[in-house]
Amino acid sequence: MAKVTLTVNGRTMSGECDDRTLLVHFIRDKLGLTGTHVGCDTTQCGACVVHMDGKSVKSCSILAVQAAGSSVTTIEGIASQGELHPVQAAFNQHHGLQCGFCTPGMVMTAVDMINRHGGQLDEVTVRHELEGNICRCTGYHNIVKAVLSANEEMHGASRQAAE
Amino acid sequence: MGMEGIGARVARKEDKRFLTGKGRYTDDMVVPGMKYAYFVRSPHAHAKITGINVSAAKAMPGVIDVLDGKQLQADGIGNLICGWMIHSKDGSPMKMGAWRPLAVDTVRYVGDAVAIVVANSVAEARDAAEVVTVDYEELPAVITSVAALEAGAPQIHPEAPGNLIFDWQIGDGAATDKAIAEAAHVTEIEILNNRLSPNPMEPRAALGVYDEAEDHYTCYTTSQNPHVARLVMSAFYNVAPENKLRVIAPDVGGGFGSKIYIYPEEIVCLWASKKTGVPVKWTSDRTEAFLTDAHGRDHVSKVKMAFDKDHRIIGLKVDTIANLGAYMSLFSSAVPTYLYATLLSGQYAIPAIHANVRTVYTNTVPVDAYRGAGRPEATYLLERTMEVAARELGVSPAELRRKNFIRSFPYQTPVIMNYDAGDYEASLSAAMSAADWDGFAARRAEAEGRGKKRGIGMSCYIEACGIAPSQAVGSLGAGVGLWESAEVRVNAVGTIEVLTGSHSHGQGHETTFAQLVADRLGVPLASVNIVHGDTDKVQMGMGTYGSRSGAVGMSAIVKALDKVEMKAKKIAAHLMEADESDIVIENGALKVAGTDKTLPWFQMALAAYTAHNLPAGMEPGLKETAFYDPSNFTFPAGCYIAEVEIDPDTGKTEIIQFVAADDFGNIINPMIVEGQVHGGLAQGIGQALLEEVRYDETSGQLLTASYMDYAMPRADDLPSFKLSHQNTPCPSNPLGIKGCGEAGAIGSPPALINAITDAIGVEITMPATPLKVWQALQAAQPRMAAE
Repeated sequence: MAKVTLTVNGRTMSGECDDRTLLVHFIRDKLGLTGTHVGCDTTQCGACVVHMDGKSVKSCSILAVQAAGSSVTTIEGIASQGELHPVQAAFNQHHGLQCGFCTPGMVMTAVDMINRHGGQLDEVTVRHELEGNICRCTGYHNIVKAVLSANEEMHGASRQAAE
Repeated sequence: MGMEGIGARVARKEDKRFLTGKGRYTDDMVVPGMKYAYFVRSPHAHAKITGINVSAAKAMPGVIDVLDGKQLQADGIGNLICGWMIHSKDGSPMKMGAWRPLAVDTVRYVGDAVAIVVANSVAEARDAAEVVTVDYEELPAVITSVAALEAGAPQIHPEAPGNLIFDWQIGDGAATDKAIAEAAHVTEIEILNNRLSPNPMEPRAALGVYDEAEDHYTCYTTSQNPHVARLVMSAFYNVAPENKLRVIAPDVGGGFGSKIYIYPEEIVCLWASKKTGVPVKWTSDRTEAFLTDAHGRDHVSKVKMAFDKDHRIIGLKVDTIANLGAYMSLFSSAVPTYLYATLLSGQYAIPAIHANVRTVYTNTVPVDAYRGAGRPEATYLLERTMEVAARELGVSPAELRRKNFIRSFPYQTPVIMNYDAGDYEASLSAAMSAADWDGFAARRAEAEGRGKKRGIGMSCYIEACGIAPSQAVGSLGAGVGLWESAEVRVNAVGTIEVLTGSHSHGQGHETTFAQLVADRLGVPLASVNIVHGDTDKVQMGMGTYGSRSGAVGMSAIVKALDKVEMKAKKIAAHLMEADESDIVIENGALKVAGTDKTLPWFQMALAAYTAHNLPAGMEPGLKETAFYDPSNFTFPAGCYIAEVEIDPDTGKTEIIQFVAADDFGNIINPMIVEGQVHGGLAQGIGQALLEEVRYDETSGQLLTASYMDYAMPRADDLPSFKLSHQNTPCPSNPLGIKGCGEAGAIGSPPALINAITDAIGVEITMPATPLKVWQALQAAQPRMAAE
């Protein structure tokens, strides 16, 4: 058994777990944050994507003990004071989710993607970047639309300001 | 339409919880004292069990108990059943072999459950499962349906000699043979419909909770139809009587048919909870999902389509073998019969049709309904045949279809269905214009200049939704009725709860059903809540599959709203001293027409509950219930066009454009309907280009048991889609709705394959992977380089 202490969504949290416990199971079972999902066993589907020290990671491919001391953001941590994050709002507005199971991973991936590309996103890039996230409901059409719209929302304003 | 009513593109009410990580799926449920299950499964496709030793497993850390099939049988838990009786053409009933929730003496596919381990953690349960010793005596296995019917094939169930479950037919064989004999042209083709795994992103899960004090069970489960699950577990599996069993299907992460059925795991978890005295939770991993979730499709068919000299279809003869896997799943027998062969007329006037269907056992996962269930198989067969026929006859695919379209309604096909409304020409024209069909030749020439092969293909599909009426399906062998129920509760403050027997697992009922109520009563969307998925809250209902929630589920709500409205008007008329027939409901108020008298909706509701001043003899309260049984199926139809470009060096297919023109009748929320089409298209395109369940045909091992081996469509495999809607309202239900859940998966595979074969000039089977396309191209152009 190991004791793991880390910062999750800005709060310091600890829990005991097996050495072999994956971060996703630690987050779900020990911390009770069940928004992060498990959709496969092989790091393919991306339902478990969280941000660790600012980078998007598949929490099914990291041991909880490896995350000790790090700062993790989960889907529960990106809205602020009841206000949806622009990516969450765009998924709602453009119907980018149906059953909702892949959605947390999709949103976390999208937030990271938009941050990394600094506003330079087009449909081809978004589709390529979403390769590690599987959705069975939406055919991706509206997810792509939502990501591009959120990108515009998050970067459009700053681009205008710079002009 | 109002801003929130029928026809409005309202953003979904349910999204916020999913977007913020607050969805509640079965695996998220935690109850006090809960322990975890892991199933010991057969590693063999076919074997006798000669012994099970659990002593080492029971001694492992954290293990509560290990239970096997003999104990389950001793406790009187019944076998799994198929709920739709089909009779062979000789009159004999289908040959159903025993399916035990935990195998006792024989295992029949890799993944067949043998024992359950209950432990303090999933990891400990899995560790212990690894040391359960099962002695197997391996038997030869058979994987493909064709091989299973061959003489000398391994016998899978003693009840089904030759592995034949039934040999069924529909239509007029003699008339069809005559048409073929007299035809000016007969197109013959063999059609393979590849086996698929549904793959909802949420793996199946079950949490069984036994309360000894009350002798009561609660089952949280990933179900599309919790009431049916309760009924079947009570009536057939002897888990508990219905009043002692509560089934809750909370948020469910997609189903696509695979979560209709009652599987061994939920039964065993409930039983194990009583046996061990602790709540037992099982969550499938993805490999288990591939190994145990019901698969879809897997048809092999021979087709003859007969034409007269004017290219009119005069007869269609179909011979199909359907692989049902190792056991008959809940609705497996209905899929290749009444959900398949009854659609073989497609959009065409065909005077004579005959289909023969043989279903067989193999040592594979049970096969049942998957998105479209029978209609994709019928559509693929018909639309591929039409395409090949058009090429053989030297006419354009559109012209051949147009010539044979059914143009007046109602239309009685020779295979049971009575089409009530449609305009096939409208969808075909809309699709061809959206795809710029006429400009294709120039685009092809341009691609050729770049060394690429372009192709274009169409598919005109019809399907049947809202399977009904109950009496008719009963006469065809269904073990259940296919009505739906609704209850509308108007609270004393005027807010409204709708309790529905439908179940939403992505379809957006919490929004669309509320839109219907808002439209009807003029109340804000925010004041309407939809309740579903809990047998303790909602009266008996039939659940969601076959695009029935709109056509059947919402019609039940309409009927309940009719009753609510009638009583509300009576109360309002009494309070405003007006005639009941003068009361109109507008913008959240009841008004006396032609006057300025008005009563806010909430005041009427309050009056119903204070009951201080109600019409003489009226019961207090305002809550109405309805059960709705439709008069007919509904018949969504449309035309899809795919344009592809193939790189002859790699065989890779790129979808240049995909156009869908659908007639779903009236639409409640176009945004949600479009989403359903997008998802269906992705699954159909997946079937055409990427997906196939593959077994090793000797060992019966599943080769595609993870996302590294089974090619799920990803974002960069798909284009954005071009959609349009035509509308001939459905006359068979009060809302004029036809249903939209499956169309995309039904219509798209033939469009894609017609486009690919147009591009490469040779026939190809699904999935048209780059390897297959490249090999087909090599075979078609032998040794050009060598010359």
